[in-house]
Amino acid sequence: MVRNPSANRDQFRPDDHPNDAFLLTTVVGSYPKPKWLNRADELVDDPDSKFDESDLEEAHDDACRLITHEHERAGLDTVVDGEMRRNEMVEFFADRIDGYEFNGPVKVWGHNYFDKPSVVEEVAYDEPWLVDEFEFTSNVAERPVKVPITGPYTLGFWAFNEAYPSTEELVYDLADLVNEEVEKLVEAGARYIQIDEPALATTPEDHAIVGEALERIVSGIDEDVRIGLHVCYGDYSRIYPEINDYPIDEFDVELCNGDFEQIPTFTDPEFEPDLALGVVDAHTAEVEPVEEIKANIRQGLRVVPPENLTISPDCGLKLLPRDIAYGKTENMVTAVREVEAEIDAGDIDLDNPLADD
Amino acid sequence: MTERVAATPGLYPLPDRAKETLSDLKGHQKGDLLSGDESEAIVAAYDEVRAEYVDDQLDAGLDLISEGQGRWDDMIAHPLTVSDAVETGGIVRYYDNNNFYRDPRVVDDLDFSGDVAGELEKATDLLADADGVDDASLAATLPGPYSLADLATDEHRGDEADFQAAIAEFLAGEVEAFPDHETLFLLEPSLITNPPAEGEEAGATDAISTVADATDADVVVQTFYGALGEKLYAHLVDEAGADALGLDLVAGDRDDTVYNVQEFGSTDSLSLGLVDGQNTLVEEPETIAERVEWFESQIPLEGFDRTYLTPNTELFYLPTNKCRAKLNALADAAEVLD
Repeated sequence: MVRNPSANRDQFRPDDHPNDAFLLTTVVGSYPKPKWLNRADELVDDPDSKFDESDLEEAHDDACRLITHEHERAGLDTVVDGEMRRNEMVEFFADRIDGYEFNGPVKVWGHNYFDKPSVVEEVAYDEPWLVDEFEFTSNVAERPVKVPITGPYTLGFWAFNEAYPSTEELVYDLADLVNEEVEKLVEAGARYIQIDEPALATTPEDHAIVGEALERIVSGIDEDVRIGLHVCYGDYSRIYPEINDYPIDEFDVELCNGDFEQIPTFTDPEFEPDLALGVVDAHTAEVEPVEEIKANIRQGLRVVPPENLTISPDCGLKLLPRDIAYGKTENMVTAVREVEAEIDAGDIDLDNPLADD
Repeated sequence: MTERVAATPGLYPLPDRAKETLSDLKGHQKGDLLSGDESEAIVAAYDEVRAEYVDDQLDAGLDLISEGQGRWDDMIAHPLTVSDAVETGGIVRYYDNNNFYRDPRVVDDLDFSGDVAGELEKATDLLADADGVDDASLAATLPGPYSLADLATDEHRGDEADFQAAIAEFLAGEVEAFPDHETLFLLEPSLITNPPAEGEEAGATDAISTVADATDADVVVQTFYGALGEKLYAHLVDEAGADALGLDLVAGDRDDTVYNVQEFGSTDSLSLGLVDGQNTLVEEPETIAERVEWFESQIPLEGFDRTYLTPNTELFYLPTNKCRAKLNALADAAEVLD
């Protein structure tokens, strides 16, 4: 069953928040890397270059600082470092978890490949995966930091399983490791964790496996820690209303990409966790005007009241040009603050939020 | 005595170097994928890839050599996506995998293309030039008409049965232009994932036999991603014009498959999907051989002709090192059985 989102939401409300209404603004996580960082990644592999691992670490630190501040400049209530240290959402974690090995890239489509790892023995926890990253970002940020973690279902099903009798069993072992990591992050001060499960969108019939994995992930995690789940574009009717049973505070969806056609799915039965709604498209390279984003935000009010609505982009923005990613984020925050003011003024009918005022 | 033949249904992963070369030459976007009129540099890159595939298979000791289908950007939808009568739509999911292909929207009458025949001519030349290949011959690969129609979008005919028949005629025309080949693999995963409705099996089997009739070679109708339903199985054995039906013993429920064979008999030969094309765990040759013997012992047929030892699926899902290791395991298993 749903955790207690109202027990942890207020801590993300800035002291100088201008409106009574508060729609929490956040991002899904990834952000375009500055071109120099990609160059730096290549340079460290070049044997003729003097650029070494410690130089790369400095470059990563600089990039994380830069993007965290870029998020703050856009006005977000909660920020991420843009995942500047991460290469790919499965590879990054598989590299840190004992039991995985890499054999080389495999095709996803066309000439797009992914270094799909193999699980060759029981998975185990070694060093913390994200604690250093969180501590660094937290130290340079003035706003609370959200930590995205690839979920155990995706870490299991987007790998080759050589070692477990069923991938479901692998997923549960991985969920225990994610739980260990979340505990360490919480110890380090993290209060906002997002579990990313894009693989669920492709196999919605496995929603019960994800549910069981989430139970393991949140075991022993206090309710002042906000646990979100992000599942990108798919047929949400196949996992709703089942997600109402998930032990999460917030469910983050990608609906802008589909013109919010799936919003009615979430209206019956009543949506139980907080809704984190994607209101700018992560796959179009045009910045949506503020007015358009405001109309998108109102779609979320059809599902939940303002105090249960979080606003984010549809998905990670890493594939966009950086200025477009920034423009979308900045316009998103502007739109949210304007909608909040309109709610305060009674200009939006919360029972019929799409109606013209 | 039953002859054991180590072979693959093709669609190999690009060698890692070629992955880089070709993505540099072609690009990463949808519009950059193959249309059948590639530049000389791209043709040359694929020629190298093909030669490597042939060498790998000869080195492993396979009995049948595949062209490898390195050019098939859209997996088994390839014969359509290079056709002039087809416009490629959005990127869509390839079966239940984390793989995608361009939706082939058929907007006109499908004319002969000769694209696959061209690839096979080049593979034939490679085989002719290779040393010590007296006992290795060419295996051609095509999508089966049922699956290809299932993967495509008809925007021209407006009738499902008519569209399937048109796809079959198109594939038959392509097969007629093929150089000599010992075996033709027709890949038919859709028979498992999206089978014809009960009573409508004949449309599928007619389409398959249209393609099978276009060649004198042995035709293997390779089904995968699971076990066939019993009625469809019986129709395929009797009516598809196949010399061998290919059965997935990895992903499918083996009991269902054994039941089908015992209850409804089998084609004169069978192709057994023994090696997992979607997992990096490399099977031991002895294990593969045991699976073959076990399965053959379930077949009631007297004078069973030939068993093809194959991976259950195409091979592009694998990293190249594991793909090669699996080719070796298959060939070694056939040796163990001799």
